[in-house]
Amino acid sequence: MFPAKNNIIVGLAGQQNAGKSTIFNMLTGANQHIANYPGVTIDKKLGSYRDELGRVEVVDLPGTYSLTSFSLEERVARDFLLREKPDVIVNVIDASSLRRGLYFTFQMLEMSLPVVMALNMVDVAEGHGRRVDHEMLAGLLGVPVVPTVGRKGRGKAELRRAIRQVAKESTREGMSGEKADGGFWVDYGRLEEHIAAVQDQLAGSTALSKTVTLRWMAVKLLEEDTEAGKLLRRHHEQAEEVLELVHALVLAFQGEMDISPGDHIVSCRDRLSASIVEQCVEVGGADRVHFSEKIDRVLLHRGLAPVFLVLTVYLIYELSIVQGYKLTFLTWPALAWVRASVAGLLPDPGLLQDAMFRSLSLWMVDSVNTLLNYVPIFLILFALIAILEDSGYMARIAFILDRVFQSFGLHGQSTLPFILAGVFTGGCAVPGIMATKGIPDERSRLATILTVPYMNCMAKIPLYTLLVNIYFEAHKSFLMLFISTITVIMAMIVAKLLTSTILRGRETAPFVMEMPNYHLPTLTGVLRRALDRTWVFIKKVGTIVVAVAIVVYVLLQFPGLPEERTAVLDRRMDAAVATFQEDVKDTAYADLARGEMILELLNVSTAYREAKMAAATQERSQAVDQRYEALHPDLFPLLRARDAEARMVSRALRTLANERATLRTLIREETIVHSYFGRVGRALEPVTRFAGFDWKINVALISSFAARESSVATLGVLFQEGVDENVALEERMGRERDAGGKTPLHALALMLFFALYPPCLASTIMVKVQTGSYKWMFFSIIFPTIFGLAVASGVFSIGSTLGLSGIQAMGWFYGLALATAVGLSFVRDPAWERQRSGIVGPKEA
Amino acid sequence: MSHGRRRGRKPCMECPTRVSAREEQKADGRQVLTQVSNGCRCRIRRHNACGAIRQRLLDLGFVPDAEVEMIRCATLGDPLEMRLGDYYVTLRKREADLIEVRAD
Repeated sequence: MFPAKNNIIVGLAGQQNAGKSTIFNMLTGANQHIANYPGVTIDKKLGSYRDELGRVEVVDLPGTYSLTSFSLEERVARDFLLREKPDVIVNVIDASSLRRGLYFTFQMLEMSLPVVMALNMVDVAEGHGRRVDHEMLAGLLGVPVVPTVGRKGRGKAELRRAIRQVAKESTREGMSGEKADGGFWVDYGRLEEHIAAVQDQLAGSTALSKTVTLRWMAVKLLEEDTEAGKLLRRHHEQAEEVLELVHALVLAFQGEMDISPGDHIVSCRDRLSASIVEQCVEVGGADRVHFSEKIDRVLLHRGLAPVFLVLTVYLIYELSIVQGYKLTFLTWPALAWVRASVAGLLPDPGLLQDAMFRSLSLWMVDSVNTLLNYVPIFLILFALIAILEDSGYMARIAFILDRVFQSFGLHGQSTLPFILAGVFTGGCAVPGIMATKGIPDERSRLATILTVPYMNCMAKIPLYTLLVNIYFEAHKSFLMLFISTITVIMAMIVAKLLTSTILRGRETAPFVMEMPNYHLPTLTGVLRRALDRTWVFIKKVGTIVVAVAIVVYVLLQFPGLPEERTAVLDRRMDAAVATFQEDVKDTAYADLARGEMILELLNVSTAYREAKMAAATQERSQAVDQRYEALHPDLFPLLRARDAEARMVSRALRTLANERATLRTLIREETIVHSYFGRVGRALEPVTRFAGFDWKINVALISSFAARESSVATLGVLFQEGVDENVALEERMGRERDAGGKTPLHALALMLFFALYPPCLASTIMVKVQTGSYKWMFFSIIFPTIFGLAVASGVFSIGSTLGLSGIQAMGWFYGLALATAVGLSFVRDPAWERQRSGIVGPKEA
Repeated sequence: MSHGRRRGRKPCMECPTRVSAREEQKADGRQVLTQVSNGCRCRIRRHNACGAIRQRLLDLGFVPDAEVEMIRCATLGDPLEMRLGDYYVTLRKREADLIEVRAD
């Protein structure tokens, strides 16, 4: 008689690794989006599908082992189940670890929630010789059980049907008002009488019985669950009396049985779970060792494990960074073509100064291009990391490395963020910081977030390469090794410092991790994750980089040159033009040197020279000639001068073009000198002097805060020497080195600062997102600035006082840092002491 | 540590226990999980942990009376990997120290 609801909400709950997301994808297909749970940083995945009755909205709850209140994920999942009251809950459970999965199911059944069980990965379980009788299981639990294989889409129709079925029943029940105690319950043996006593006391409140079942509440209270206590206070008039009774009963039970009711409850659940498994699961080959364990006997062998680990990391590095870099040779021409097309669409360059529209647009295209250039590398890197995660080896890496991380207050699961951010060379802090989500230990998670930016992200590499090529030509490989390891060492030192000082009071969690079975990753799963992460990188960084590129442009270009200076430069240009006109006035080309024509002449001849320079082969060079001959028949005789007169004019034109280039560079340089950034850079010189940075370096460093890529670009602009625009930046800075007395020590200090430099803007925004506080965002900017400057100043000042060469200073510093790190690793962790004295408890207790 | 060779499952008492400085503190005969050698089995007696740590251990199946088989330790001696029923779990020594066990 009750109309069934057509549009329903389904919650997807289950433990981590049960394949919840594959079931989510199976049910909803591509129709999904991500929202946030109010007030917390946990992603809320939403999706929907239609069946014959109407729309079914599916919410993917965070993966949790139980519904207590010790972690954020559990609180979020529980709040959703209690407050939003989904019509159906799909309990995704891993068929091969049914016994432990059932704890979670029991808790939901005790709450009388409308549950459908998706018995997932039945194929894997069968592969292990475990056949689950799902009909028997359904009979014992009193809920529908659907065997599924999420990865292959098996069981989709059956699961959808079961969802509808349960939704119909739950609507009917929901109409009848009070929450009835379900048909299923766990027998708690000697505790039953206490449960009954608490339940009696609870029955006094109708408000409470509308929200939850009383038996569940009684059990939760006897388990001394803090959230249950809060819920009680909110809904029950005599909450304090109930709590007093509970407390007395807990003590009585403990005295009688020598076990806390909490322990007793879980062991009862475990016993029931074991007996259900015994009845429903048929095990073939009782004592057989798992396939995964066989692999682990080799891969996790105490002596060999590090060897395999190093090999894996090397493989990742080789495939993504080295091979991916080769791929960029293929993609770069496409990006360059985009730039050229944009340049073609924009107004032509002016004689001395371009229209702002032109220069700003090109500036933005350049900024975006540098970023997009890394996309092939990221795709490969993220795909490889997804393979590591899906196969189960990532958990093994955490296992092998946990002892190291532990010494510095970090966590085995900090591995993934560090790898994503680029432990060796190349990565990005943005996905790195995002990956910290999986770390259950709050203190380690924060420490990881704050140290991940020290890794060598892709954008730091160009500056290192540049400086190493100029200053450390002879010790290249040493330097690269130094750079890739010093960042890890410094990150560990910082992590230790943070966790034993300001992060001291944060919650820690034990490193209890399930070793997942090895899976063969699926192509779609890996691709989806790799594309997702790359897309996040493109989107988040892309939007920010464009916005910041504009700001940096403004700060580097304004307020511009003083008028009298512009006038001086204009006069020089006019004089040059006049000379040129004088030179050619008696030739056949005099018409071309008149007024407006001269600008076109200059632009065409510059473009022609660039095109000729870019043409690698004879044929291409000829093709350029043909193109220009067709495009500019009147100018071409000058471009490729054949007779004496044309050669003379051409020479004069080249002189003019050179003068123009010199003046343009002068303007660019002086504009930066006069710009806001230039002023800040110079104002900072007294401070950065100790680290050996002059104002040019300061400007580059400041602008690289927007995006690291721009440091080299800015240096490129700052070190432009005028005429020969085609001389590599290496050479130009090399000249500066010879002239200005820059030493390898300067370069070392600069590299150290760059390694410890604050995260780029995109990363700091990610820090804000992941920590949920501006405080940490600002900390992540200010602390590394001071720390980096202190280290760079120390190395430079001490190095120059002692007269050390760059490579000597590097050696000493490396030794010192390593010794510090090793020393710090022996310092006792404050959290261990607390744990030993037994005062670690729930935060709200 | 040649865990590979000790494939047979023996109850705790037959296996030599790990030599540990902590043993002196456990003079009253109580045994903790860290003292169980690779390839040996034992049952959980009780937890000395509380709060979130206790809950996490329970969730992963370290419930009173459960059978645990020590599988291996990582290269640097910590964490430990063990088998609980049909799945494998890793635990740091610090936490394993908080779990009292008895021979089967």
